[in-house]
Amino acid sequence: MQDAGLRWLGLDPALLRLRSGLATVALAVPGIATAVVTLVLSGPVQAGGVVLVALALLGLVFAVLRRQFRAWGYAEREDDLVVRRGVMFRRTSVVPYGRMQFVDVTAGPFDRRLGLASVVLHTAAAASVAKIPGLAAAEAERLRDRLAALGEARQAGL
Amino acid sequence: MAATSSRPIATDWQRLHPLSPVLRSGRFLVGILAVVVQQGFAQRSLLGGLGVLGVLVPLSLVSGYVSWRVTRYRLADGELQIDSGLLQKRQRRVPIARLQSVDVVRPLVGRFLGLSEVRLEVVGSNDKEARLSFLSDDEAHRVRVELLSLSGSPEQAQTGADRPEERLLVKVPSRVLIVSILLGFPTIVGLSLGVALLATLAVSRAAAGGLVAVALPVLLISGQQVVRRVLQEYDFEVAESGDGLRLRHGLLEKRSQTIPTGRVQTVTVVQPLLWRHRGWVRVEVDVAGYAGGGEEQQLTAALLPVAPLEFARQLVDRVLMSPLPVPHAPVPRSARWLAPLERRRLLLGLDDRFLVASSGWLVRRTHVVPLAKIQSLRSTQGPIQRRLGLATLHADSAGRRLKGLSAQHRAAPEVAALLDELSVRARAARALP
Repeated sequence: MQDAGLRWLGLDPALLRLRSGLATVALAVPGIATAVVTLVLSGPVQAGGVVLVALALLGLVFAVLRRQFRAWGYAEREDDLVVRRGVMFRRTSVVPYGRMQFVDVTAGPFDRRLGLASVVLHTAAAASVAKIPGLAAAEAERLRDRLAALGEARQAGL
Repeated sequence: MAATSSRPIATDWQRLHPLSPVLRSGRFLVGILAVVVQQGFAQRSLLGGLGVLGVLVPLSLVSGYVSWRVTRYRLADGELQIDSGLLQKRQRRVPIARLQSVDVVRPLVGRFLGLSEVRLEVVGSNDKEARLSFLSDDEAHRVRVELLSLSGSPEQAQTGADRPEERLLVKVPSRVLIVSILLGFPTIVGLSLGVALLATLAVSRAAAGGLVAVALPVLLISGQQVVRRVLQEYDFEVAESGDGLRLRHGLLEKRSQTIPTGRVQTVTVVQPLLWRHRGWVRVEVDVAGYAGGGEEQQLTAALLPVAPLEFARQLVDRVLMSPLPVPHAPVPRSARWLAPLERRRLLLGLDDRFLVASSGWLVRRTHVVPLAKIQSLRSTQGPIQRRLGLATLHADSAGRRLKGLSAQHRAAPEVAALLDELSVRARAARALP
């Protein structure tokens, strides 16, 4: 995809906070449990080692999540929507507005607390579902309405 | 051909053929009969069995009759309307504008009674297809033609209430079909298993026993596939008619299908290893909106089960209504690390209407997607591909079985440029007539 002249939009930073928070909880529970067991069985030095390892791991996870978050982007071009993502496995999708069958806005319980929502585009091809997670709810609705309007205007038959 | 009816399009409620309850409950009754006879022999009391039969047969006939009485259909308001059910009423409305295809199916027993079933496929519906079972053969064809002429283009309407003129393009000879299926994948599996078995037998008898236990299910599945292919693709005929290509095939159950012109989403030409020296290929197509179960998807796949390459090419040109570009653009040398054997076969071709990609080393495949049918374009790049400066291009189409094409391991800048160029060309192609 030629980047020139494209206005790439990213995801809402709240998504990164949400994912980092979930990762912290997921790592903290086993981390603390292991640290406590080590403290009882071995001693404070070893327990301190466990905590350090867990913190290092958490730092690594944060870095990965951050890179993944930054890799996400979408751009509304004149006739199609471009979505890119992935750090290790990079993907770019180009979905013409006229090909969209319907557009979903979904939000899970955590998403809703942070005012986030995902936009999912469906075309007639199963492989070309394009999902943009973690947009601010207002932006998600704006995007959905715009896509729906553009899709209506440019609808092409199968 | 069938000038049987000059009746206008049926806007009045019609009933199904009076023999349909017999045919529908036939299978059920045969099952019951088998159980009764078997029980009778086991317990030497045929009388009790006959008693059961005496109750069940009239019961199923009565219920069949009632369900026939309350089932009716008509064409009205641009819909095919089917009402059925006595207590649980069901009214099905199939909008004719959304009709994807109309198949006429003749089960084995139906062939003796002169009965056919009409099956309808609707765009964008994952629902089970609507069906009219059963109508007389003539009536079934008449309904099919009416539906197609109402749904389709003006040319179809002109051919009107009669079966459209058909021109037979090809009939696959049975011998060729069977040889080709035997030269296919299941046979290769069987042969290699046999060789492996002999080799193991030479070493240790116990190991060979173990191998048999593993191999037997595989062999059974392969055998089943061979039988199914023969049953489905026997007597394969391709004819051309006003509404597209008509396929007829099947040994026990004759099935006829229409591949509507301009609805083809993906075409694949496959050449298995053992077909190469004979120059044979198999052509598969995917038409949008074919719902139905796995069986039906299998059935829709083959446009031509086996044919010489040149002939297949002509047929593909005909179904796509245009000659195809030849895939010629090779992949960079660096692709040899990811696809050492396949590299020289990874080619891409493109013109104003079609994207063509070939791939495969042992089994050679060529995929075609009409640009106007592209649903979305994607590029993917794995970590190794990125080191080598490669990426994979995907063009997704609405097919259910053939989901578009992917061109693997092409130069990353080329793929980026193709994403742009293809979006522009696809848009232009959609605007073409």
